[in-house]
Amino acid sequence: MDRNQMNRQLANMRKALFDQGYLDEQFVQLEELQDDANPNFVEEVVTLFYRDSARLIQTMDQTLERNPLDFAKLDNNMHQFTGSCSSIGAKKVKHECSQFREYCRQRNGEGCRRTFQQMKKEYAILKKKLEVYFQYVRQVALLK
Amino acid sequence: MECSGFCPPRSDAFPVGLRVLVVDDDPTWLKILEKMLKKCSYEVTTCGLAREALDLLRERKDGFDIVISDVNMPDMDGFKLLERVGIELDLPVIMMSVDGETSRVMKGVQHGACDYLLKPIRMKELKNIWQHVFRKRIHEVKETDSDCLEEIQIMSGSLSEFANDYYSFSMGDICSAKKRRKDAENKHDDREYSDISSIKKPRVVWTVDLHQKFVKAVNQIGFDKVGPKKILDLMGVPWLTRENVASHLQKYRLYLSRLQKGGELEDTSFAGVMGADVHPGDTADNIFLQSPTKVQHNDVRNANCGTSGKKRPVQNNDEKVHDGGKKEFDLVPVTEQMKPLRRDVLDSKKRSNQCLSSGNSFQLLSSDVPPTDPFASQYLWTAEYPQIQCKQESKSHLHLENKFNLSPKIQQNTRVNTTPASSYFSFRPANKKPDDLADLEVQGIREAPQGASKVDLFTIQSKSHLTSSQQYGQIPSPAWSIMNGSSAADHILLDDQLAQRNIVVSSGSDFSSKDTESLNHVLQGVHQPINVGIQEGQSFECIDPELLAAVTPLYVSLKFDYEYSFDSMEYPVLDQSLFIV
Repeated sequence: MDRNQMNRQLANMRKALFDQGYLDEQFVQLEELQDDANPNFVEEVVTLFYRDSARLIQTMDQTLERNPLDFAKLDNNMHQFTGSCSSIGAKKVKHECSQFREYCRQRNGEGCRRTFQQMKKEYAILKKKLEVYFQYVRQVALLK
Repeated sequence: MECSGFCPPRSDAFPVGLRVLVVDDDPTWLKILEKMLKKCSYEVTTCGLAREALDLLRERKDGFDIVISDVNMPDMDGFKLLERVGIELDLPVIMMSVDGETSRVMKGVQHGACDYLLKPIRMKELKNIWQHVFRKRIHEVKETDSDCLEEIQIMSGSLSEFANDYYSFSMGDICSAKKRRKDAENKHDDREYSDISSIKKPRVVWTVDLHQKFVKAVNQIGFDKVGPKKILDLMGVPWLTRENVASHLQKYRLYLSRLQKGGELEDTSFAGVMGADVHPGDTADNIFLQSPTKVQHNDVRNANCGTSGKKRPVQNNDEKVHDGGKKEFDLVPVTEQMKPLRRDVLDSKKRSNQCLSSGNSFQLLSSDVPPTDPFASQYLWTAEYPQIQCKQESKSHLHLENKFNLSPKIQQNTRVNTTPASSYFSFRPANKKPDDLADLEVQGIREAPQGASKVDLFTIQSKSHLTSSQQYGQIPSPAWSIMNGSSAADHILLDDQLAQRNIVVSSGSDFSSKDTESLNHVLQGVHQPINVGIQEGQSFECIDPELLAAVTPLYVSLKFDYEYSFDSMEYPVLDQSLFIV
């Protein structure tokens, strides 16, 4: 595949992420911040996000296992997590987070657990997609 | 947390090089914000913990222009951090959160946030944060300066004598009670401020001397027309920057405005009433120092309420001269013993005012006391409470010093306020000789700078000022003339345990204080400025210990910064010279 093709491919991948609702405008912001001083800025941020948020997810997992559920704590944690997700523009993940918080407010333990699982799924899917994407980005960069 | 090195302001055009401190526990956001701010050509420092941020800010007081902080921090509530930064450091703070609920935003604003940003934050939002810094600066320089200077020079000369017993305290030691917000969070937890005392490195050390220069400059220019540049020029302190002066001025103003607010005694009652005749029953319950504790004589020295030409209203030494009518007044440094003045003051406010009888002297001014007479004199209140012999009150009045176990830092704050226009505070001696006082108030005080204009007299021009809130029982007419032969008043701010305060006691006019120096003993420990009204020809009588007690706590709770968190006037007087920030 020549460089043009690869570039096109990359562009399509990127577009799909947006079109399919995985990413939002914030991601574009990150891209705009990328420059010569920080040529891999976006990837670095995403990596940082996944590393840091894993901790939060673990905490929430543990909290969800308790009985009775500490909704306040869950809500608080999720609030934090939402903030993190907003940093990279993880749209679908954020959506699940809002759902989760809504269930917290309703003190719907089952709803919380369900949504949490859903959130984790989206979280993992996005992670995978972005990994592929960045790999491609690096390859294209090598071609230049 | 990466905390980059200290960045001095850049010489590029503002806002390039704006020094921003970003505080957020989310490392991802921290990285993003840092990059965004750098792209705005700002100097960025990041911090992941609120406490670290506070430490950093305190360490480098002049190192930052603006702070951006997330609301949800693990180690400290973001609002609290916001408060602290605003109060202690006088920096604009922007809050951030993913939560944009109106109540939260409102809370942020109430706590003093300049702005509240919602995450995800766009770079364009950060581009304009410099406006908050700019706004602050122009507010500081609001007043246009005006005219003359004159006396400042004269005064500077004479005031320099007041150097003895100066203790300089650093800003760091002063808890700045600056509170921007209006919310009546008068519940200043004195303990809260104790943290501030851990500040070790102030930006500028506003020594008594420096502050006096400042006050003189302000007086010269005219309070209404004052501006940092003018003050700076007048002060003639080469190493001082306009910014230093601006921030000092701001605090000073806040302090003054608090005083003027008068009204409830609350915590302000700083009417340092010391006094000769403290009339418990007086309605003018103006006791600056109102503390529940009794003031003890111990170190109370007698101050000379020099009505009868006695000198120095305040003596820092153990001079106890009691003449008929002349008492020497020494303020005892307030030490840690001073407890939450504020509360005490409030309580004490309720007490009868200890008005000094007409023959005497100091009267603690408290906001309760309706201004009876114009304050002719200002009383210097040294940290060591003078032994005031209360004519009527028991000697217990003199136990001021108990309350103020001031560390031996006494600062003298003498300012001469000769301009009627400058209505800082007027100590109004609640003396029964209105004419004397009246004379003092405007003119008498003018006399202050007579020979010795070492002392600043603060006169409260409008009765609405302190006077309304403070009443001086009887303030002897120019009792104190700090200045030799003139009705000069010294302000002594009592400093609290932070030892940052000076007790300012303005003495009445007649203080022929040849020993002006003694007048200007400002006890660092004294927290509250005590306005003692001395009636003409009379010296302080005694200070109601209760008053003193009340004052003491008040002082203690006063943060040195002019910005007191109390709404009520805290220092009815004072502080002009000894404002040490």
